[in-house]
Amino acid sequence: MCTVCGCGQPENPSEVDPGHDHHHHHHDEDSHHYGQGPAHAHTPGLSQSRMIQIEQDILAKNNEYANANRRWFSEHGVLALNLVSSPGSGKTTLLTRTINDLTGQISMAVVEGDQQTANDAERIRATGVKAVQINTGKGCHLDGHMVGHALESLKPADGSVLFIENVGNLVCPAAFDLGEAHKVTVLSVTEGEDKPLKYPDMFHASDLMILNKVDLLPYVEFDVERCVEYARRVNPGIRVLQLSATTGEGVESWYQWIRATRQVVLIDHPELAVSA
Amino acid sequence: MHELSLCEGVLQILEEQSLQQGFGRVNTVWLEIGVLSGVEIEAMRFGFDVVIKGSIAEGARLEIIDIPGTAWCMQCMDTVAIRQRFDLCPQCGGYQLQVTGGEQMRIKELEVE
Repeated sequence: MCTVCGCGQPENPSEVDPGHDHHHHHHDEDSHHYGQGPAHAHTPGLSQSRMIQIEQDILAKNNEYANANRRWFSEHGVLALNLVSSPGSGKTTLLTRTINDLTGQISMAVVEGDQQTANDAERIRATGVKAVQINTGKGCHLDGHMVGHALESLKPADGSVLFIENVGNLVCPAAFDLGEAHKVTVLSVTEGEDKPLKYPDMFHASDLMILNKVDLLPYVEFDVERCVEYARRVNPGIRVLQLSATTGEGVESWYQWIRATRQVVLIDHPELAVSA
Repeated sequence: MHELSLCEGVLQILEEQSLQQGFGRVNTVWLEIGVLSGVEIEAMRFGFDVVIKGSIAEGARLEIIDIPGTAWCMQCMDTVAIRQRFDLCPQCGGYQLQVTGGEQMRIKELEVE
């Protein structure tokens, strides 16, 4: 065996073939790449290069920020909901209605995520609730770091409900934990009923699916039952609520869900529950 | 989708590791990408080449290790292979499946100097 590089050929060229002058042909002509063979066997020590086992999640950084947010929420008894949907599903309309209806009962705050403009935050602020706009620029999703910074300026009250309206996008926000208690997907009946199958990651990651704009059901071809069945295929445990943020039909069940979920958060904060 | 930000996350980890483990160059990066992670491999390669420019990993090779999707079928009480989240159980045709593998995206190892 060659003791220089550990290959199967002898070190001394004369033993096998006169041409073996330490230019083994088991490497690429002009580079040394270990770990390409079966079982990724490495041979450290020949060059200065070495292998490092890392085994680190690519999203580890984001998850650290998200966990810090989650800790903060839990310490302050804040229920954080991450609202996700495609653009135009009616998230902001649902939020403004929710805030108008629940003001006086529950303290609320909003983080608005959009690529550009502060239009949505202004719509929210018009209701009198504190809102921070995050413009992601080119980014297609909010991440844990952005939300952490938003919390610093927003400072939601103890025991409040924080709505995080994510960038309208059914793909990317699924992968980025913000520290929220639940992801809530808003799907409007003017979209395709097969969205849960087309964007399975998002519906898989969500605990609640809100079917919005049900007042338009008579005018569109949308099979509610099939849509729910598709959603349960990718996420057997997903809860479904049907409502119209415009007419107010069905919104009471959404409010009940918020109240009930908030009560769970407040189990650890009896001092806040009294005022609720 | 968000492959570019994922690649930025990879580079961040590489830079942290270079300080901790004392290396100045990264030659190869092995990533484990599950088929259910939602990552588009081609977009990942493109994003990788973009973010490593001018960094300690400039010119580094990206090796992708595909991790197959697996799920636990509650009806069969068995681990089954799936390719997508909404796949039916290949044994019983049911969809009471809990995904158990194939969601990960991890840096497995690095070749550095």
